[in-house]
Amino acid sequence: MLQEMVFAGFGGQGVLSMGKLLAYAAMKEGREISWMPSYGPEMRGGTANCVVNISDERIASPVGSMFDVAVVLNLPSLHKFESVVKPGGVLIWESSTIKEPPTRTDINVHALPAIEKASNELKNVKVMNMLVLGALVGIMDIVKKESLIVALEDTLPKRHHKLIPLNEKAIELGMSLVSSGA
Amino acid sequence: MTAREGYKVVAKRPSTLLDKRMHYCPGCFHSTVHKLMMELVEEMEIQDKIVGVCPVGCSVFAYEYMNIDMQEAAHGRAAAVATGVKRMLPDKLVFSYQGDGDLAAIGTAETIHACNRGENFTFIFINNGIYGMTGGQMAPTTLEGQRTSTSPYGRDVAKVGYPLRMAEMVANFEGVAYSQRVTCTNPAETRRCKRAIKKAFEMQMKGLGTTFIEVASNCPSGWKCTPEESVTWIEDKMLPYFPLGVFKDVTKKEKKAEA
Amino acid sequence: MSADVRFMKGNEAIAEAAIRAGLQGYFGYPITPQSEIVEYLAIEEPKHDYVLLQAESEVASANMVYGGAAAGARVMTSTSSPGFSLMQEGVSYIACAQLPCLFVNVARGGPGLGTIQASQGDYFQAVKGGGHGDYRLIVLAPNSVQEMVDYCILGFELADQYRTPALVLTDGSIGQMMEKVVLPPPIAYKPNKPWATTGKPQDRERNAITSLYIESEEMEAVNNELQAKYKAISENEVRYEGYNLDDAEVVLVAYGVTSRVCRKVVDLGRDNGMKVGLLRPQTLWPYPTAAISELADESRVKLFMSVEMSAGQMVEDVRLAVEGRKPVHFYGRTGGIIPTPEEIINAIKAQL
Repeated sequence: MLQEMVFAGFGGQGVLSMGKLLAYAAMKEGREISWMPSYGPEMRGGTANCVVNISDERIASPVGSMFDVAVVLNLPSLHKFESVVKPGGVLIWESSTIKEPPTRTDINVHALPAIEKASNELKNVKVMNMLVLGALVGIMDIVKKESLIVALEDTLPKRHHKLIPLNEKAIELGMSLVSSGA
Repeated sequence: MTAREGYKVVAKRPSTLLDKRMHYCPGCFHSTVHKLMMELVEEMEIQDKIVGVCPVGCSVFAYEYMNIDMQEAAHGRAAAVATGVKRMLPDKLVFSYQGDGDLAAIGTAETIHACNRGENFTFIFINNGIYGMTGGQMAPTTLEGQRTSTSPYGRDVAKVGYPLRMAEMVANFEGVAYSQRVTCTNPAETRRCKRAIKKAFEMQMKGLGTTFIEVASNCPSGWKCTPEESVTWIEDKMLPYFPLGVFKDVTKKEKKAEA
Repeated sequence: MSADVRFMKGNEAIAEAAIRAGLQGYFGYPITPQSEIVEYLAIEEPKHDYVLLQAESEVASANMVYGGAAAGARVMTSTSSPGFSLMQEGVSYIACAQLPCLFVNVARGGPGLGTIQASQGDYFQAVKGGGHGDYRLIVLAPNSVQEMVDYCILGFELADQYRTPALVLTDGSIGQMMEKVVLPPPIAYKPNKPWATTGKPQDRERNAITSLYIESEEMEAVNNELQAKYKAISENEVRYEGYNLDDAEVVLVAYGVTSRVCRKVVDLGRDNGMKVGLLRPQTLWPYPTAAISELADESRVKLFMSVEMSAGQMVEDVRLAVEGRKPVHFYGRTGGIIPTPEEIINAIKAQL
């Protein structure tokens, strides 16, 4: 089965690394993957996005026009991607900063106050993207949490490994937020 | 070559110079400098160590005469090509052999950056102030007031700028180890020219950086004069603007520091 | 030994592949969207024996490649579209002097300074010349990060085999994309290049590398030699991949990232009862002309459609292969836009 996902937000919110980590974790689980970033000037503080495909078979197109999952962390991204979620698909949106909620009713919409939770409960807004990723795998069961941890270990430079427990906590918090229906 | 009976050999073609009729005009210093260089290759026993890069210009066929491994570069790119050769073969002795249009007009960027990187090869720069091969057009080193086919009323510096002094310019680069202007207007200067090239080769072998030998040269055909008149013209017109001398020598600096 | 599986960007993968192919010299100038190639090589440089030099321009890079290749080394450069334009002088000289080396063009949208987004607008430049004179490049067109690795190595090998420059023509999307790659073990590269200028020993004639043949007869003889070589390459090195061509009524022709999108179009089309197939040239020169020509003879084939991120370049080669036997259509986007499967499906429907 092919899962087409898009992650979007401001540059610096960690959307590209969120997608990369998910793709890497899926690769470790033996699946086919592709990660395609938007690149260019928008990386510098503007809106960035990446498309991640995970499949059991050879991935045809690394880009797509309709997605099974959209994760949006700012308003411009919500405007851009709400309309391209496939009917029945999943939309996760950052509800502590986006003040215009999505309007579609034919998709599964999950409001996630990720920035607020990361700041208040983890005292570190930088791991907000891991919290979102935790929520995503909590909802969709795309990869195992353990695979995400392996991905962190493999891709983070050694000097940052001390941050892995915090990232793990963020993933777990994200998972708990969706299981409790937040 | 053996001497005829009753004669003594005082000059001969070095074995490293191929026995071919050169296409250079009578009196042109290209043939002189080719011979000096190939004498050095023979004397220094470096035929198996040297790789040359020739330019686009009158000396485009230098590889037809020099019995060494050579590459023919695109116009102005000899310094980049020589960089590629030297970086791949750092133990070899590499030189570029270029004219003024090649080195100081179309290839200025390549020249300057090779010098600035201190590329460890030797530039042999033949400056005759004119484009010989294409029929006598103005060069970046054409003197003020000098007539060429594209400056028929004399070089107007207000319009086209001033002749470039390359040996002085490259001496300013940290990467350059040696820069000297020589000429071949008489036997003494010709011997000095050979010594300069030898010194450059030796410094390159020591890995000291870029070595740059500019030869104030002639073009009897382009200047529309006899070879003899061309020599006088160099002495009277060129050398006052392009003075002979050493503009940089890092080995001298070391000596001073020791003293 | 277990396979060396990595999750890499296309640009990083091609750099790693070059190292494993025994790279001896890289000369290049930074330009988006391929700078990761030189950056990767810069990081890895201390662990290996290759020389990495950031040149003052693409003009210089290409000529450094000339010098390094003529000195017998395995050398390469990489760039993106505007930079490849600057290299064309060197490419023409290298082709005529018959020097093996690898060029990589991670193309972006033009003309002019254009956009840094992906494009296939350099097809003509790559396969029809680009520089002056009658020459060809072996042009390899990867459509995945894995093929960035495979074709980098293949490019070096073919360049050596035929003493000719090879080009990996890819684009910003594949350069920036990350996928799983299986890396091959490093090659112990032992060049055998008796023609190289390495300093003349006593026991051989001098080697002269040149592209200058002032006598017409001599120049024609060199051209004939080049053309004979190009004929051999055309006969032996055509590479393409077919997908669902056996019963196809609509034949899509696409290379690079566009071929990935078209693979999806084939699946989507078949889900909707359209018999779509895909022919993907893996070598853009030599071109799979014969394979397309054979399809044009099939009565079931109704039409061809070349899908490109250009205003219509490769479509000319499809037309040359089809020779008027079937309609040849074109669908393309420019400006760095990758066409979506849906718009391609609609373009096909409009022709049926």
